Amino acid sequence: MRPLLAAFGTVVITACAAQPPAPSPAATQASPEPAGRAPFSSTYEAPAGPATLIRNATVLTGTGERIEGGDVLLENGVVKALGRALESPAGAVVIDATGRWVTPGLIDVHSHLGVYASPGVNATSDGNEATDPVTANVWAEHSVWPQDPGFETALRGGITSMQVLPGSANLIGGRGVTLKNVPATTYQAMKFPGAPQGLKMACGENPKRVYGDDDKFPSTRMGNVAGYRQAFADAKDYIEEWKEYDAELAKYEKDKEKGDDDATPPKPPKRDLGLETLAEVLRGHILVHNHCYRADEMATMLDIAKEFGYKVTAFHHAVEAYKLADRLAEEGVCAAMWADWWGFKMEAYDGVQENIAIVDHPEKGCAIVHSDSEEGIQRLNQEAAKAIARGRRVGFEIAPEHAIRWLTANPAKALGILDRTGTLEPGKMADVVVWNGTPFSVYAHADQVFIDGVLRFDRSKPAPPRSDFLQ
Amino acid sequence: MKARCLMVLLVALATGPAGAQSLFIHGARVHTAGSAGTLGNADIVVEDGRIAAVGPGLAAPPGATVVEANGRPVTPGFFGGLTQVGLEEVSQEEDTVDSELSFKAPAWQHMWRPEFDVTNAFNARSIVLPVARIEGITWAMLAPEPDDSLVAGQGSAVTLDGRFDAAFDGSRSLFVNWGSAAHGASGGSRAAQTMLFDQAIRESKETGAVGPAALLLPEGRAVLRRYLGGGRVVFFVERAADIRQVVRYAKSHGMKPVIAGGAEAWIVARELAEADVPVILNALEDLPQDFDRLGSRLDNAKLLHEAGVRIAFTWDESHNVRKNRQLAGNAVANGLPWEAGLAAMTASPAAIFGIGADHGRIEAGQSADLVLWSGDPLEVTSIADQVWIAGAPVPMRSRQTALRDKYVERVKAGTAR
Repeated sequence: MRPLLAAFGTVVITACAAQPPAPSPAATQASPEPAGRAPFSSTYEAPAGPATLIRNATVLTGTGERIEGGDVLLENGVVKALGRALESPAGAVVIDATGRWVTPGLIDVHSHLGVYASPGVNATSDGNEATDPVTANVWAEHSVWPQDPGFETALRGGITSMQVLPGSANLIGGRGVTLKNVPATTYQAMKFPGAPQGLKMACGENPKRVYGDDDKFPSTRMGNVAGYRQAFADAKDYIEEWKEYDAELAKYEKDKEKGDDDATPPKPPKRDLGLETLAEVLRGHILVHNHCYRADEMATMLDIAKEFGYKVTAFHHAVEAYKLADRLAEEGVCAAMWADWWGFKMEAYDGVQENIAIVDHPEKGCAIVHSDSEEGIQRLNQEAAKAIARGRRVGFEIAPEHAIRWLTANPAKALGILDRTGTLEPGKMADVVVWNGTPFSVYAHADQVFIDGVLRFDRSKPAPPRSDFLQ
Repeated sequence: MKARCLMVLLVALATGPAGAQSLFIHGARVHTAGSAGTLGNADIVVEDGRIAAVGPGLAAPPGATVVEANGRPVTPGFFGGLTQVGLEEVSQEEDTVDSELSFKAPAWQHMWRPEFDVTNAFNARSIVLPVARIEGITWAMLAPEPDDSLVAGQGSAVTLDGRFDAAFDGSRSLFVNWGSAAHGASGGSRAAQTMLFDQAIRESKETGAVGPAALLLPEGRAVLRRYLGGGRVVFFVERAADIRQVVRYAKSHGMKPVIAGGAEAWIVARELAEADVPVILNALEDLPQDFDRLGSRLDNAKLLHEAGVRIAFTWDESHNVRKNRQLAGNAVANGLPWEAGLAAMTASPAAIFGIGADHGRIEAGQSADLVLWSGDPLEVTSIADQVWIAGAPVPMRSRQTALRDKYVERVKAGTAR
């Protein structure tokens, strides 16, 4: 009863780093990009280091392959080669991984590290802007405290990237950000370069409770739905307003070129940060991460997405995803799930331990193991292990080389970064974990964790905490 | 003769609703959690709900149900921790939650109600029970949750087999919150916690009318008095300095303290061992969740065990008490010897809560609360193949398995939509 998950906070935000931070239509059309770095963009750069050759491991590539006695070569921040008996480049660090397993770095699609940091005091409670049911204008990254000690305990569990989301108090909670799990003084120096931002939306009990308890809108599920729809309807109008402005501006510039000295420039519409966010969702630049437990509500959300022309990238928590696993697979929607949490509220009452395995079963099923917890993020591998065991009991044989995708390739896909990380393939970021054995065990330990080829954690060399808070 | 019949009847009732046929488990790897340790290839004989014999080469009693273990492990039934199992159906639906007492009085009018005993609210037919017991969790400690008082009330250990009279004799304990968790209930300072306790102890010895600023009613006085005479008191306390103070305070006033939480217990491990004070901890805790837990670390269990402190595990989630087993596995992964991890799920909590003579070990005379596992009992990929409580097989079904069976068929047919 007391463990309250950042409970009603599940939010997704992803921030664009390489692209400018989706400046509203206004910025893209009317004002040229300032020279240099875009505000809020990533400043992360992996330090240069020696090449590393990991030798003779059981390698789960994240593409569904398993290489026994496999070598992985990391060079210049990327996976250079995979195979057997690779040649060691001059000066490379060689790790004998005999008897050990190697996987891509784990990715948590749903975290509140930094926004609900440890210690959980009032001053660090920055995950829910619970003052209005629609706060598409806020960005989780602006709440991230890089000194949260939870980042380094997550690293110990093999986490190399994560999406930090606003909480789930609101229908639309704001933008999420994808971070590399590297120590840094600023969040910008953790920001995953080029990752799209996410939009955190929340179904069901949380928003209606948070506002309904104060006799505010929404207090019912029908109120929730009206809230999402109005927000996207407003975003459509906003896009139209800017289109009109762009047309008027183009006409004005043409007229001026023609020498019409009487032409007056149009007045741009007022920027609305929230509607800018939703407009970027409708343009497909921001990915929708929707906290949603019940199957019937997921179906409603899919209809809303259809009505306004956006795509739901993933349902999060998705306790009832097993009830519509085939539909989710057909529509290309991922489900991010826990292995066994249930019952803490009505919408979690129908939890089953086979949820992950069932969602994974259809050919195009996209199952993701997520945490929403500073404890769970340290043990995504154990959560997956439980799901494998439960799947086996109902006749789904799930090989380790397949299950690892729940923690790597599938979350990478949902975050729009699968072309950069999430699998071990030549040219991809060298985000790699060396495990002491199979990762799917309660006794598993990450021995070494590499991010962009840099050794960020080494279990054989215990180091003092790096968070300033723990000095 | 009459008396004897009555005795037989009582025994029959005590063995549970399913009755208890003789049982013979053949060829198991038996983790006794007792002095015999682990027996590689052993048999277990169960009669009248109790373990009659354990060891290699035993004979099945006539008419016994024979279970072939084929080398699979058998353990005593696992402990679910300090929980609200059977006290709440859905945590966020207040009307389904019976674990806390709050009269919403302003702080200066808070009274202590140690006579509040959540055992009385236990629902043996709760939907939550089968979910726990089919995973090998056969018993748990009911813990009240404090709201507007340092003293949360009392709770008992219960069997999870579904019988109505589920509480174990001799397990009743008082629960007290300490440190920052009780900040609001102690006027905003933990310094007031001993101050208020001093007042309550003084009141417990009074017999006159209840005064205007009293903490206790006459019923509460009697209950507190009982605990001051050697009763078991579970203190939820995390900070090392507070743990030391609680232990000294409790002992000096005749209470038998148990530390729950104990994130920083490792710092005072030696003192806890010397005072023979057990710790019930969350072995997954490694973050400074608050300023009482700056010293959290994953090897807390290991360090306490090495110092000679008796430990058990608890996990703050009534619906997911089955995860307590994962705590034990993680403690072992972080240095606790495997046998000690097993003991912390079985014999140790039974001893801590006064039921060790009947529960927690696979030894002749103990209640036959047994779990046959598919593999290493502390490994997350292992599953309880069969559970027995008081010798009776637990039907391996829950609302969750019913939902699973319904929808697995659909997804296999491609119609889950």
